[in-house]
Amino acid sequence: MSQERRELLEVQPGRPPVIAPGHTFGTVTDKISSIVLNRKTPLYWFIPFAISLTLVLLFLVAVTYLFVRGVGIWGIKIPIGWGWAITNFVWWIGIGHAGTLISAILLLLHQSWRNSINRFAEAMTLFAVACAGMFPLLHLGRPWLFYWLFPYPNTMRIQPNFRSPLVWDVFAVSTYATVSFLFWFVGMLPDLATLRDRARNRFARAAYGILAMGWRGAASHWQKYETASLLLAGLATPLVISVHTVVSFDFAVAIVPGWHSTIFPPYFVAGAIYSGFAMVLVLAIPLRALYGLHDLITMRHLDNCAKVMLATAEIVAYSYIFEAFIAWYSGNTFEMFAIWNRMTGPYWPTYWLLIFCNLVAPQLLWVKKYRTNVIWLFVISLDVLVGMWLERYVIIVVSLHRDFLPSSWGMYAPTIWDVATYVGSIGLFFFLFFLFIRLLPMISIFEVRTLLPEAEVEK
Amino acid sequence: MITPIYGILAEFESPSTLTAAARQVKAKGYNKVEAYSPFAIEEVNEALGLHHNRLPLIVLGCGILGGLTGYLMQYYLAVIDFPINVGARPLHSWPSFIIITFELTILFAALATVLGLLGLCGLPMPYHPVFNLPRFALASRNRFFLCIEATDPLFNRHETAEFLSTLEAREVSEVAH
Repeated sequence: MSQERRELLEVQPGRPPVIAPGHTFGTVTDKISSIVLNRKTPLYWFIPFAISLTLVLLFLVAVTYLFVRGVGIWGIKIPIGWGWAITNFVWWIGIGHAGTLISAILLLLHQSWRNSINRFAEAMTLFAVACAGMFPLLHLGRPWLFYWLFPYPNTMRIQPNFRSPLVWDVFAVSTYATVSFLFWFVGMLPDLATLRDRARNRFARAAYGILAMGWRGAASHWQKYETASLLLAGLATPLVISVHTVVSFDFAVAIVPGWHSTIFPPYFVAGAIYSGFAMVLVLAIPLRALYGLHDLITMRHLDNCAKVMLATAEIVAYSYIFEAFIAWYSGNTFEMFAIWNRMTGPYWPTYWLLIFCNLVAPQLLWVKKYRTNVIWLFVISLDVLVGMWLERYVIIVVSLHRDFLPSSWGMYAPTIWDVATYVGSIGLFFFLFFLFIRLLPMISIFEVRTLLPEAEVEK
Repeated sequence: MITPIYGILAEFESPSTLTAAARQVKAKGYNKVEAYSPFAIEEVNEALGLHHNRLPLIVLGCGILGGLTGYLMQYYLAVIDFPINVGARPLHSWPSFIIITFELTILFAALATVLGLLGLCGLPMPYHPVFNLPRFALASRNRFFLCIEATDPLFNRHETAEFLSTLEAREVSEVAH
């Protein structure tokens, strides 16, 4: 047995294994595929699904009304033109980043413990990007003309301005959505073949058969498949860094005090991974409890996710402190005022709540007791999600509401339609996620097989 | 009358026995051999002599094509087709074209990876003779298969089957077309 595998599987004092002992190829296959194929749909699936479906309907109502009346139904008015819609966009896209980090970066770094959490983390990415992508489109004013964002030959004889970060964003986010989908789907091919071979229902067999595209596990295919996975991981890694960098350019390239800062790209990427791992924990903790997956998603996974969260929390904390330092050190009146206004201006509670949620509370994760207690982890993760939403709110609204000239200052308050669209998008996310766990294997079966001791070829 | 068959399939219980069998089959001189397993096994690829793979080259080519497409598209649109003066910046303001060039490089390369993978594997392929064997469904669960195809010059229906059954195979069966 190789050293790496031994470390993953052996029960060491105080370090739970990646897979509980006693599993074989057959048992992991049956356990994961039976969630989709055999079990009756449980009540604990129906209840959250029904709630999220209701919220999807709320979302549809809010969007319909938006199409009828325009963005005036939201609280945005000059000088605060971005409001909740863009806050939600940045928040959602940040959440997506953890999925790509787990599936691509940890694959390249040979972190094979990731094998049992990468599938649903990738699904999370895909659905978070779907929610994220809608907000800038809905915010366009005339969302049905969204295709004007792309360069195409048109009778108006106009083209996008390629010097604008907003156009870069269109390319970055649409590439990210496409590549995330490809990575997720290719990663699922062998498992779709497993479902095809194990489905008893004719319809299910045909559906999984079409999706599996005739995958039969041939060695010559596996060889190319492994290369393709590594290539996709290698492509997704710089992509994920670039996406949030480009999102931060939406702010940093503008001259608004509080936005115009070179610290933004790394600060945004760290914040994205921070909130993404929080969402992974928020999803993983209930899932493993409800579906009895404690032996595949072990405390080791939760502990590792918590450690990544803690590390990114420190980067984010450093950025907050440095942001204030740069403002003071710049000697620039407007920069100093922007930070001072965040701390003591009309929106001071949001800033201090953000500091509490993102900086103070997650320090509990230094203590092993909190990292290994699922309730505490769940609460801290929710706290981080709230904190990261507030961070984007503070950056957008608080920076915009008082810029250079007091004559152009204003105040912002969300309307019921802002709330409905945001809550509706959370509903949409969970709606898609619950469909996913009902219809597709939420844990990568073939990758978990490779973690088992019997997968080792004896010399 | 002898019905033509696709090949002979041997079933194994572990990656180790499959690897050992693949080595022996190759040593015997068979070339039209394919292994089927529920996950990738590097040792089997080595035993079967699977080294070459054109996928990285395809991806590299398409990535370069994507980058060129991105840059030239922006150059053409911003300089020739729709020149617009933004704050007196030069029309060919190349630093601001880098991001879309990068994104299209990744996009083209990722699409090439997936389409190249499917193309090189010959997928989608809804029908394949190995699916005729009911036990082959276990190839996606916990069993390992090795198939010597009938097109191999050394193939002999009886001798090949006998040879395979000496290799710790759990079961040896013929695969119909």
